[in-house]
Amino acid sequence: MVSFAKFVRAAVWACALLLLIVAAPAPVGAQQVNPTASAVKERQLLQELNRIQGRVSIPDQRSGVLEQPQGREWREFHNVTLRWIGGVAIIGMLAVLVIFYLTRGMVRLESGRSGRTIVRFNTYERFVHWMTATCFIILAISGLNITFGRPLLLPLIGFEAFSEWSLWAKYAHNYLSFPFTIGVVLILLMWIGGNIPNKVDVEWMKRGGGIVGHDHPPAYRFNAGQKAIYWIVVIGGGFVAASGYVLMFPFYTTGIEGMQLAQIVHSIVAVLFVAAMIAHIYIGTIGMEGAFEAMGSGEVDVNWAREHHSLWLDEQMARTGPNDGQPQPATAAAE
Amino acid sequence: MARMKFLCDADRCIECNACVTACKNEHEVPWGINRRRVVTINDGKPGERSISMACMHCTDAPCAAVCPVNCFYTTADAVVLHSKDLCIGCGYCFYACPFGAPQYPKVGNFGSRGKMDKCTYCAGGPEADGSKEEYEKYGANRLAEGKLPLCAEMCSTKSLLAGDGEIIAQIYKERVMKRGYGSGAWGWKTAYRETIES
Repeated sequence: MVSFAKFVRAAVWACALLLLIVAAPAPVGAQQVNPTASAVKERQLLQELNRIQGRVSIPDQRSGVLEQPQGREWREFHNVTLRWIGGVAIIGMLAVLVIFYLTRGMVRLESGRSGRTIVRFNTYERFVHWMTATCFIILAISGLNITFGRPLLLPLIGFEAFSEWSLWAKYAHNYLSFPFTIGVVLILLMWIGGNIPNKVDVEWMKRGGGIVGHDHPPAYRFNAGQKAIYWIVVIGGGFVAASGYVLMFPFYTTGIEGMQLAQIVHSIVAVLFVAAMIAHIYIGTIGMEGAFEAMGSGEVDVNWAREHHSLWLDEQMARTGPNDGQPQPATAAAE
Repeated sequence: MARMKFLCDADRCIECNACVTACKNEHEVPWGINRRRVVTINDGKPGERSISMACMHCTDAPCAAVCPVNCFYTTADAVVLHSKDLCIGCGYCFYACPFGAPQYPKVGNFGSRGKMDKCTYCAGGPEADGSKEEYEKYGANRLAEGKLPLCAEMCSTKSLLAGDGEIIAQIYKERVMKRGYGSGAWGWKTAYRETIES
């Protein structure tokens, strides 16, 4: 019995000891609760949403966004990718045009000038064109300044002068966007009739147009190349205007990530737009004899119209006849 | 020279907003601009944390990289400052900043934001240290007086730490060791590309 009592005592002690060992961490654990066990973790929040947002007690509720590291990607785009895209597009286009001009030269009027002219663009059309064009050139220069000015122009003119110029360029960029947008809308409305692609364009493209190819495929008022320019202006202009207004009215439509995206769209479309317009300016001036008159005086030589827009000339001749070098008010009014 | 940093110990921050008030008062920051703010995450839920955030004075700062007029500069203490005379208020630094630090005095329609304003780490701007012009544009220059940013100095729980990055990291590490937990140095990975392992 004694041994049994000893055994029981030993067992009780053993149990107590075991209990002590097992239970020992429990009271310590109760004292040292880990409050971060359920706490929000920065890395986890960033992985979930790529941004951390909370509540602020100051009036500026937008400051509730604590952290959004994607600014780094936008920075990479702005400082590296965009400069490559813009540089390749614009320098590349200039290079292509220089090579083209040196090999092909100005596309001459093969049949010479007839001395008779026909109205191609009336005063209203030319006003809209030049309003849009003037705005575009200023917008392009001031826009390129934001992307390329710091590496290219700032070292030449110094900090103060560059800052002053950039400030005015920024105001010009913002305010001239309004007449530019109006111009794009008016261009859309006034020339859409002649710019719907049709079968004639397929033929024109096959024969390389009048500038790459050496013959003169027939075309209505606008050939396939001009239609391309039209749609670049309308669609590209639409994109730059829309994305530009998102940037000009911050937080009306979107937060920071939306503005980063808007800036990406705005700048890529804009540099490609500039490259396309350089080609447009080339063909409209030194690239083709007799082309500038269409937007200059508004009247083109009948032989020019016959070579480049034969079907349009036929239409016009059927309606009114040529101008005989004299501007006919009735024709101008009818346009 | 020291590499100055901010560190907010989120496990200590009680969202009293003293840092915000101290900053606004010290620099006479105009109405509508907050160089520092306290953000509460998971407000009212278990695991709620508050973090006081301002410009983190990043290593290789994104704002400085994207600025079209190059108006930013980094001091010998690695504090990121800018010149309001050069700033054109384009908003690009605001797109690039991971912490929402750049502030503008106006709403910003038509691109008329005004000159950008942000935390200067109480180090003023390019004007002469302690000059009237510097105070009007950027606020007090405590660093030039040998003092640290007031937000951290005022912090009642010493949650917000400012000073040499290595020293404040050491303080934070010791805290974490002693109390046994820590939710990390918020924003450090993004700002300095390194964090305090705890």
